[in-house]
Amino acid sequence: MNTISETIDHSNPDAASGDVAHIFAGLDIGSTATKAAIIDGSSKKVVAVAERATGWAPKEAAEGALDDALAQLGISGALISRTVATGYGRKMAAADKQVTEISCHALGAKHLVSDAMTVLDIGGQDSKMIALNNDGSIRDFLMNDKCAAGTGRFISNMATALGICLDEFGVFAARGTPVPISSMCAVFAESEVIGLTASGASREDLAAGIILSIAKRLTSLAGRISFTPTIAFTGGTARNAELAQCFSEALGVELTAPPLAPFAGAIGAALIASR
Amino acid sequence: MGYASIDKLTTRAEKNPLEVAAAKENGQKVFGFYCLYSPVEIALAAGGITVGLCGTRNDPIPAAEKTLPRNLCPLIKSSFGFAVEDSCPYFKAADLIVADSTCDGKKKMFEQMAEMKPLHLMYLPHNQELDVTGPFWEGEVIRFKERVEQECGIEITDGMLSDAIKLTNREAAALKGLMDLNQQNPAPISGMKMMEIIFKSGFFASKKESVECLEAIVEEVGNAPGEDLKQGPRVIISGVPMGLGSHKVCQLIEEAGGVVVAFENCTGYKKTMQVATDKAPIAALAEKYLATPCSIMSPNPGRIELLETMINDFSADAVVDLTWQACHTYNVEAENIRRYVQGDKDMPYLHIETDYSDADTEQLRVRIEAFLEMIG
Ligand code: SF4
Ligand code: SF4
Repeated sequence: MNTISETIDHSNPDAASGDVAHIFAGLDIGSTATKAAIIDGSSKKVVAVAERATGWAPKEAAEGALDDALAQLGISGALISRTVATGYGRKMAAADKQVTEISCHALGAKHLVSDAMTVLDIGGQDSKMIALNNDGSIRDFLMNDKCAAGTGRFISNMATALGICLDEFGVFAARGTPVPISSMCAVFAESEVIGLTASGASREDLAAGIILSIAKRLTSLAGRISFTPTIAFTGGTARNAELAQCFSEALGVELTAPPLAPFAGAIGAALIASR
Repeated sequence: MGYASIDKLTTRAEKNPLEVAAAKENGQKVFGFYCLYSPVEIALAAGGITVGLCGTRNDPIPAAEKTLPRNLCPLIKSSFGFAVEDSCPYFKAADLIVADSTCDGKKKMFEQMAEMKPLHLMYLPHNQELDVTGPFWEGEVIRFKERVEQECGIEITDGMLSDAIKLTNREAAALKGLMDLNQQNPAPISGMKMMEIIFKSGFFASKKESVECLEAIVEEVGNAPGEDLKQGPRVIISGVPMGLGSHKVCQLIEEAGGVVVAFENCTGYKKTMQVATDKAPIAALAEKYLATPCSIMSPNPGRIELLETMINDFSADAVVDLTWQACHTYNVEAENIRRYVQGDKDMPYLHIETDYSDADTEQLRVRIEAFLEMIG
């Protein structure tokens, strides 16, 4: 959390000086977490971010996350000129406009990693790969939205199967030598992992194997979208440095995960709100 | 904007099941078709009624899955499901089913369907270029003619065929006129409406009457003053056939603010091809039908040529390529279409693989909305 707040510019946002026309909010209502970002319209700097678990109440989570972000600035929601919502729950939130997570992640990632040409986002229930043009516009994109393999949910299911918590997953994986996991399907992979545990494979090696299997899945999904550097790694998975490093190695490419990576979608939404 | 001629066709179409049944009572034979490769002219020449039976709805699929594998194209399962349930009035009315050996799933499904109804299978060669395929297919057209003659107890003369060709050419021209209306910007007819019109025009007891309805639409909409309307990106849907019930992707595109200006598929623009009138009717029919640019042909250069023309004529901004799940030919061919659209034409391209169910509607919505946002 420290690294994130360090990158937020607290220096005199317009709102603090009472210029009400220049504060914009973005809400990214994902399947697991709901993120809010507030930007200063004139400097386009991120001035506050906050996050809440989506749970069963996406609308409340969005309101809560936004309140938390506003509280950091000590200002009222009335000062927000425009709000854009994105993510799977985007139609449930009170916002001026809804934009898909593809456009928002692309914009947010480009904002955070200015020379990004590719965006990789491993989210809770889907993963996306976005190819950008030089000017940051979207050239092509791919979404894995049908199958849990290759998503954040797969990692959390596997963490449960291995009896480790999600935050430790990267640490375990970093220490292991990947055990090959052949099943591409999340359901079958889970039984395969349980079988491998029974046959004595270590949790470290299994964790590494799981990362490798997701990376393979992503590479085959990517198909025509080449991982052209610089690759911005966004979404919740990017928050865990070890995990990001493991993915980087498994994919054989360098991933740039900015500190605000989990908020890329919300930041992109706020940027669209400011246009 | 509402058009009286469109309303007339759609209301008129409601009577079709009754009229087909009545015509049948009067001794007219009903021929059920499943594919654009079958020459309807032969049945028309014999005084028959022709109806398209291609399944476009999801609800009969579970019935089909009792004997067909689940991982089969929804179009095949839907077509078969209607037959098993006996829930389609046109299938019920059909005296003869006309089938083609197109893709593997379909031709094997027809083996099961043949247990329910008299079925004539035309063996369609999967190549349009070799010296042997043209004459072979012409032989199949003749064999079909003989079967219809037997069914109707009459001899089909060249003169009767020429008259039928005149009518279907008029229909193809009317359909082309209708679809070409959307070359205008703004497009006067939404993709959903266009699909409904074309779909509903396919079940009339009298083809002459449906053609007149289509011509009236072209006349009325063509002469209406253009509206001053800002429309979203102009999208061509390419790929597998679509109809009412399998319209999900078209609807999602239009709900997301795009306009589906044309359909490069066999339920759309592929219906606009003319039969040559300067040669012997059978030869002309064989030639026209074999030239249909469907992915079951290998190679299938005609599809890219058709897309090229349509992208230009309809001033398209993007192509959405639709594949029904488990349709190998369209799925594999998608890569050629992608290379052509994204590479040669430098145009946004989206490939969608789905079925008739609503299971993936929300995921598709995100993808389609993002695609349209990308076009801007
Ligand atoms: S897609 Fe091809 S094979 Fe299928 S009905 Fe149309 S023309 Fe026939
Ligand atoms: S869509 Fe494909 S699989 Fe389905 S019937 Fe047509 S060619 Fe066969």
